[in-house]
Amino acid sequence: MNWVLIRRVFRAGVLDFSRNAFVSFASILVMTVTLFVVGLTVFAGVILGSALQELRDKADINVYFVQAAPEDRIMELKASLLALPEVAVVEYLSREDALAAFRERHKNDQLTLQALEELGDNPLGAVLNVKAKDLAQYESIASFLKDQQSAPTGSVIDKINFYDEQHRAALQRLELITDSASRLGLVIIAILILTTIAISFNTLRLAIYTSRDEIQVMRLVGAGSFYIRAPFMVEGVLYGVIAGIVTLLLFYPLSWWLGSATSDFFGGVNVFSYYLSHFLAFFGLIIGTGALLGIVSSWLAVRRYLKI
Amino acid sequence: MIYYDRVSKIYADNSVALEDVSFSVEPGEFISIVGHSGAGKTTLVKMLLAEEKPSSGSVFFESINVHEIPMSKMGELRRKIGTVFQDFRLLPNKTAYENIAFAMEAAGRTEEDIRSDVPHVLELVDLGEKMNNFPSELSGGEQQRVAIARAIVNQPDVIVADEPTGNLDPINTFEIVQILKKINDLGTTIILTTHNKGVIDALKKRVVTMDRGKVIRDDREGKYIL
Repeated sequence: MNWVLIRRVFRAGVLDFSRNAFVSFASILVMTVTLFVVGLTVFAGVILGSALQELRDKADINVYFVQAAPEDRIMELKASLLALPEVAVVEYLSREDALAAFRERHKNDQLTLQALEELGDNPLGAVLNVKAKDLAQYESIASFLKDQQSAPTGSVIDKINFYDEQHRAALQRLELITDSASRLGLVIIAILILTTIAISFNTLRLAIYTSRDEIQVMRLVGAGSFYIRAPFMVEGVLYGVIAGIVTLLLFYPLSWWLGSATSDFFGGVNVFSYYLSHFLAFFGLIIGTGALLGIVSSWLAVRRYLKI
Repeated sequence: MIYYDRVSKIYADNSVALEDVSFSVEPGEFISIVGHSGAGKTTLVKMLLAEEKPSSGSVFFESINVHEIPMSKMGELRRKIGTVFQDFRLLPNKTAYENIAFAMEAAGRTEEDIRSDVPHVLELVDLGEKMNNFPSELSGGEQQRVAIARAIVNQPDVIVADEPTGNLDPINTFEIVQILKKINDLGTTIILTTHNKGVIDALKKRVVTMDRGKVIRDDREGKYIL
């Protein structure tokens, strides 16, 4: 490795960077916008993902048992459900739990509670709440349960709400909405990132366009391609790294400001805590993207002026 | 040393820049190429630097056809030819010192060489005091002297000066020509293109006269006759 050459290239890059102060400032500004958009799309992706997960978590299948169903039979069914690869969680609600939940749900509805009192006995059966790993898997879980219900040994299952038309339609609609939302989110993110990268690339091209005569002179005094190109690439990396640092600094107050709002509104994710806990990953992504963008844009932009 | 062998250059719109030009330049010679604007002087220079390719014919530098040199080796050729342009073509963001140091760095010279040679060559063109000035802080004559210092610092075999006095007043013109003569006296070949009659008549050196892309005269001790 030729250290003298590397030192000269770095010195030239840093000197050009500082002496072209206005061009450097403008390039950093545009790159900051680009990296800011990249960072924002990451946040948007996290928020969208968490909101969709929240929605998916609301979906389940409830298996209602007959009042006389013995607990061990229910536990047997729970175990066989858990053995299915599609099943994520199975929650057991005993008759008492079901009653307590019913009372809680209707605590402001005196009429219903009174009617319950009139009955004297607990009219509710036990319940299993089954959550699938994926929305699309409810169908197969439901068909497994249906098989169990119609088993020749006699079933303790009273009702599976997946076969309730309304519940089924709601699940299917939810699946459709969450799938389209994540697909649309990805497309929007890709378009935004590509657009801002193109803008950034063009700005660097313009910055290097102002140096096209210099590049020709360098060529005519006998400088090799690497020696001409490398200082521009150093400048590009400097633009990217400085823009990255500015972006990371901007995200600190922004994510703090948005933090509680996002956790209240979208449920679950607080972008400020997310930013702090994933800071290293953010640092790598933003600085890395900036440096890469700078180096590739400069390399490509100088190339066209080296053809003499 | 340099040989133009039946060189023609015809552009896409059929305009003829050079037509069947042949002449040679010997080592240590001071040759002036004269002619009106558009006569083809600059095209000739560009051919030697391989900035332009001939439509037909060849240009040889030390018996190598310069247009057969691959791009990766072009730097080596250009470092053997120092160039001075009418519009100086200094790097605007580098000081006088750095402009000259750049040419040395491009040639792979050591830091030690750079530290000793750059001030020396700037003294030679009488700009020792202004080595830390940027081109924009120098007059036209001073910028051209920096360009000459840059051209000679790597001790090239030949210096090509394309209208070096075109943008200068008579006093600066005289100074630049004197510097070029001094460099030639030290053994470096000089190719000067100009349309300045005074310069040519004062030099009393070989003159190649061009008109509409053709060589119409080649005089050992020529004058500006057009």
